[in-house]
Amino acid sequence: MVLRSASIAFAVAGILVTLAPAQSHADRVLLNVSYDPTREFYQDYNAVFMKHWKNTTGETITFRMSHGGSGKQARSIIDGLPADVATLALAGDVEELAKRGLIKSGWQARLPDNSAPYTSTIVFLVRKGNPKNIKDWPDLVRDGIQVITPNPKTSGGARWNYLAAWGYALKQPGGTPETAKAFVGQIYRNVPVLDAGARAATTTFVQRRIGDVFLSWENEALLAIKELGPREVDIVIPSVSILAEPSVAVVDTNVDRNKTRDLAEAYLKFLYTPESQEVVAKHFFRPRNADVLARHGDQFPPVTLFTIDAVFGGWEKAQVEHFADGGMFDQIYQPGGK
Amino acid sequence: MRVFARFLPRRAPSVLPGFGPALGFALAYLSIIVLMPLAALVLRPAELGFSGFVAVVTQPRVLAALRLSFGASLIAAAINAVFGMIVAWVLVRYSFPGKRLVDALVDLPFALPTAVAGVALTALYAPNGWIGRLLQPLGIEVAFTPLGVVVALVFIGLPFVVRTVQPVLQDLDREVEEAAASLGASRWQTIVRVILPAILPALLTGFALALARGVGEYGSVIFIAGNMPLVSEIAPLLIVIKLEQYDYAGAAAVGVAMLSISFVMLLILNLLQRWHRGH
Amino acid sequence: MATETKAPAASPAPATAAAIGEPAWARNLLIALGLGFIGLFLVLPLVAVFIEALSNGIGAYLAALHTPDTLAAIRLTLLVAAIAVPCNLVFGVIAAWAIAKFEFTGRSVLITFIDLPFSVSPVISGLVYVLLFGAHGWFGPWLVANNVQIIFAVPGIVLATIFVTFPFVARELIPLMQEQGTEEEEAALSLGANGWQTFWRVTLPNIKWGLLYGVLLSNARAMGEFGAVSVVSGHIRGLTNTMPLHVEILYNEYNFVGAFAVASLLALLALVTLVLKSLLEWRFGHELAVTRH
Repeated sequence: MVLRSASIAFAVAGILVTLAPAQSHADRVLLNVSYDPTREFYQDYNAVFMKHWKNTTGETITFRMSHGGSGKQARSIIDGLPADVATLALAGDVEELAKRGLIKSGWQARLPDNSAPYTSTIVFLVRKGNPKNIKDWPDLVRDGIQVITPNPKTSGGARWNYLAAWGYALKQPGGTPETAKAFVGQIYRNVPVLDAGARAATTTFVQRRIGDVFLSWENEALLAIKELGPREVDIVIPSVSILAEPSVAVVDTNVDRNKTRDLAEAYLKFLYTPESQEVVAKHFFRPRNADVLARHGDQFPPVTLFTIDAVFGGWEKAQVEHFADGGMFDQIYQPGGK
Repeated sequence: MRVFARFLPRRAPSVLPGFGPALGFALAYLSIIVLMPLAALVLRPAELGFSGFVAVVTQPRVLAALRLSFGASLIAAAINAVFGMIVAWVLVRYSFPGKRLVDALVDLPFALPTAVAGVALTALYAPNGWIGRLLQPLGIEVAFTPLGVVVALVFIGLPFVVRTVQPVLQDLDREVEEAAASLGASRWQTIVRVILPAILPALLTGFALALARGVGEYGSVIFIAGNMPLVSEIAPLLIVIKLEQYDYAGAAAVGVAMLSISFVMLLILNLLQRWHRGH
Repeated sequence: MATETKAPAASPAPATAAAIGEPAWARNLLIALGLGFIGLFLVLPLVAVFIEALSNGIGAYLAALHTPDTLAAIRLTLLVAAIAVPCNLVFGVIAAWAIAKFEFTGRSVLITFIDLPFSVSPVISGLVYVLLFGAHGWFGPWLVANNVQIIFAVPGIVLATIFVTFPFVARELIPLMQEQGTEEEEAALSLGANGWQTFWRVTLPNIKWGLLYGVLLSNARAMGEFGAVSVVSGHIRGLTNTMPLHVEILYNEYNFVGAFAVASLLALLALVTLVLKSLLEWRFGHELAVTRH
């Protein structure tokens, strides 16, 4: 019986292998390794670019997408995932690829706008009608307010949340690193659940109805409203927030091996065209193109934005000071480390 | 054969054939699939040096996480040992409508991706969930507390005890029980003196497996645990956190610490079993 | 089959059965406890999954399953299980033979090593293969130079699955074979059977059900594994996503119906394997009972 079932299993395996869809060998394949919130966007964009490429070169291409947490995706590329382009949440994660020689240094200058063709910022999601009257950052530290934000240690998006709050506190009259640390610490003491990822946190807030305010990327907040509950939650735009710049780059080592450099470079460059920027806006990212941004003005109200370079001296520095082991974030949770 | 000198039969050589080839194959397969990869893991923290390793695993957060992971797994495995034995007994000895279906359900925690289990359990035990709603007036919070971790681990470990005890129970010769009964033993005495000793090795195995599985569980727990540092943060989450910082050596260090504790626990349980069999 | 013919509760009780059965109240209490526990921890979560999956009707459920990415994920999952389970089946039987039928020094250590993959966090069990076969792993440079892709491709997923399902068959068989001892085999040998004949005619029929459980467990776990596979998969849609990974993707896309539909399919697969087991028991049960007693 054992032998029989084993041979049946092998036979099934054989059939499955033969059934597996044959790769269309003629097509070149482009693997875009990205982070979670860009799924819907790149699905649309790939179709737009595929048409453009077919029209200009006559070549049909196959796209492969991989999504996951930004840091995990960067690690996979380092460990050998053959990504042609990396479109990640933080410049810091792309920089890790550069550090290991997969991307030539100076990558950020290769494309316009710091190699960030779309941006976003951090906003608040509150319950419909804003029952707790949450208007700006100081409301988050009030007693009895529950704040939902994922763990900055595991979620790239949550690092933007943390830095946005820190930057706000720093910009207040008399703001110093100490007052900022106290302020951010106070916010995290109001956090009842630290989800591992941004979308898990969204579910906690919207589906489980835990918490009064949810710190979120603007694009994720708008998407959550559209997908999960226009009648459940409202968006509140704080007075000041951070300019989140998700970065894109061609993975040099891999495109040279895969012979896809021309394709990969065109793919990223095309992100900046007005046509693509419309797709960007449709998926709730802030377009870089001023005309397109103006056309969607009602969706993207003006916010005073600061950059990570101006306030924190870049990702590298922010990462070490705040999120590394023993950094500011860890100190918040140390016993007595208030 | 010579290579396995240490593994040579200890007692009088058995008349059964195939010991050498069987053990040789088992060791080779074990080495390729399990030991070599784990060696890669164990050697990884070497770059930290011994003091670096100790520094990583004695951080208060790491210690708290290890305590939670092992504590919650112990509690969950104990719950599973008791109820798993009852379930196995009921499935083998009694008949009732829907028995086949219940038997089928036992394997569910294996088949359901752990992330789905986590989402489903969180939905049930969250303050607005079916069960959470009932518990909240009693002041019991399950989701997003260490109790939630235990609930998830009970779910994950449930099949182990049932599925290790079940075949042994099925195989148990009822004539021995009949003999005990005819010699005047009460039913309770028969259970304690005859049945329990026979299934104890399997029960211990099931307990050990449920425990071991619970310690490492990640997917289902992160949804329901709340993940607060020092309170409801499990050890595997710390590994993920270290990896997020590209700290492979630190992650491997926590992994090695977990592995060592598990190995010792499992070894003690396996020795206990042998001791039990020897008596 | 064996269980049914032995179980006294169903049949009108002969005098001896009463002496070795429990009083009705105890029986009912135990059934209630067992079923209550199963209900609370297994049925409710399962019901929750199906309610979510069917929340938009059966049409939406089927539509959610019939997408190219979902079908690719189903195909990959079946393929991986079809390779991993037979591998561990062969190992499990052989290892259990060595461990259960012979006494030797270091046996407990060996059993503990076999258990080890259970206690290795899924996160780690994926990571170990990255440390071996990743671009910066032990064999990474050689693999890159020869253009062999192990992790972030099917071989890596198969390896991680073999790792997490490694102990099931062996662990199921060891206590069973220990319980059975070696007398029957010794008798067969003394009657002139050779080793293989003894194994096929005596040992195998005796361990049949334990073996089946082990295979079912391996299979269920092989299909359901998430953490370890997640580390080595690379998450390339339609290519290296197994069903559990696809569930996560759909869930993260707020496609709850799709996510729970695929999850319910995994649960159904587990139930189907059990139906197969019941069929086997029904088909061979009589024959088994005869050979045994």
